[in-house]
Amino acid sequence: MKKLLIFYILGTLIVLLWVSPFMISFFTSVKTMDELMVEHQWWLPPDIWHFENYVTAWTDANMGRYFLNTFIITIPSVLGTLFLSSLGAYALAWYKFKLSRILLMVFVGGMLIPFQMLLIPVYRLSLSMNIYDSYQGVILFHIAFQLGFCTFFLRNFMKTIPSSIFDAAMIDGASHFLIYRKLVLPLVTPAMAALGILEFTWIWNDYLWSLVLIQSDKYKPVTLGLVNLQGQWVTSWNVMAAGAIIAAVVPLIVFLMFQRYFIEGLTVGSVKG
Amino acid sequence: MTTKKWVPYAFLAVPLAMYSIWVIYPIISTFVLSFTSWDGVSPTIKFIGLKNFVELFNDPYFGVSVINNIKWLVGFAGVCVPLGLLIAMLLDQKFKGTKIYKTLIYLPMTLSFVVIGQIWCWILEPRHGAINTILNMLGLESVGWLSDPNVVTYSLIMAASWRQISYTMVIYLAGLKQVPNQLIEAAWVDGANAWKRFIHIIIPMLKPATVVAVTVSIIDSLRAFDIVYVLTRGGPFYSSSVMANYMYIQSFHNYRMGYGSAIAVIQFLITLGFILFYMRYVLKSEEER
Repeated sequence: MKKLLIFYILGTLIVLLWVSPFMISFFTSVKTMDELMVEHQWWLPPDIWHFENYVTAWTDANMGRYFLNTFIITIPSVLGTLFLSSLGAYALAWYKFKLSRILLMVFVGGMLIPFQMLLIPVYRLSLSMNIYDSYQGVILFHIAFQLGFCTFFLRNFMKTIPSSIFDAAMIDGASHFLIYRKLVLPLVTPAMAALGILEFTWIWNDYLWSLVLIQSDKYKPVTLGLVNLQGQWVTSWNVMAAGAIIAAVVPLIVFLMFQRYFIEGLTVGSVKG
Repeated sequence: MTTKKWVPYAFLAVPLAMYSIWVIYPIISTFVLSFTSWDGVSPTIKFIGLKNFVELFNDPYFGVSVINNIKWLVGFAGVCVPLGLLIAMLLDQKFKGTKIYKTLIYLPMTLSFVVIGQIWCWILEPRHGAINTILNMLGLESVGWLSDPNVVTYSLIMAASWRQISYTMVIYLAGLKQVPNQLIEAAWVDGANAWKRFIHIIIPMLKPATVVAVTVSIIDSLRAFDIVYVLTRGGPFYSSSVMANYMYIQSFHNYRMGYGSAIAVIQFLITLGFILFYMRYVLKSEEER
């Protein structure tokens, strides 16, 4: 009984503390500026719900466009990196060859380095390849950079598949690509789903790389767009809050729908947050 | 079994080519650029030897940035990790509702630092913000959370910790699956023995989780960027600057790409030890499986 009481009191307090920033932003997004500045009652719902702040954020503050851009950048990035890393992971998990271990270390190391080590050369590269300030520039970078984590993650997962399956297929004379496509891919689909959800959230939330590789408003993702709002809408906290919620809602929904995969992905790889 | 030698390379060709272009080559290139002076636009890049590094060691703002990164490191590894463990211990129970509690605490992990920065912007705002409103209600003075140079870095770390603690908690919750449930329950109720049991039995069993939580927290603390850039740009007067942020400002605001590269190289070298430790650990535990 005592245990139960300790748990519920402590647990509820912590959860309330954790959720309060969400509540504050949500309530801010549905109030008028007058109500915000005069009453200061951040933790209370509004007198009248002003959902029109979302319309203002979506249309006048252009969040709708930014929102679409994030989809255009995120989806090909996730699919591309999943596909390419499954190829690399397949080679690293099943074949014995000289460079195998070194290559694995290169992939693991790359995902942990400070991004600042890549910033200037990647910026120069995209200028010289004529993909600066375009969707492709950011997408290609995301695909390439996320290969580090994804290859490592998928290789580890493939290692858990008994190699006898692989050997048997080899003896049957199946081609290498056929084994990859018909045998290994179906087996790693669950792992790829977990990985895909994690990657989706990470790429959706990216700010730095879009900041460096995109200049035009028409290509900017929500994260950049939200920071942009600080210029014109800096005094309209309610519109800014609505914008923040628009930027956050997709990863939140994805997480709530696929929580198990998300957590599995994060802890199986146990690599980054 | 014999396979033709080129087979694995055929599978690796495209991923490796992309990785080389966008990750490996840039790392080398940044090293080279750190010995140069370049404004990012002009066609000529001037080789100046170690001058950038000499300047860096005499640059007070870089010094402030390094010290702030150390504060981040202590905050992430020294505060977020133990708090994550505590909350994980609390929530690793079979009572009704633990699942919802966990989900709610996970939520900040799904947010980008830009959104987190935006949310905390109102909480920390000096005149109308939530924290100062509460302080005033209690009869206390307002604090310049983002404007007082002595406070601002801690405010940023606090905002980032909201997410970081969720992360370390997730790692520990996974680690606690290896610990028998009775041990955890006993640790909460068993008065005098609880602490001893916690230190001598549970902590050692959680070593793998601790290694991951601590190293990842350190690596993340040393590359913190988004939240600093969004909330303060390193200000006021560089008082909340961190290495990553200072590098970006020098390179892309002041167009000192050579100098910026030198900052990145120092940041990289400071992080390198932790990266190598982590890689050794992960690859070793991989082989033991």
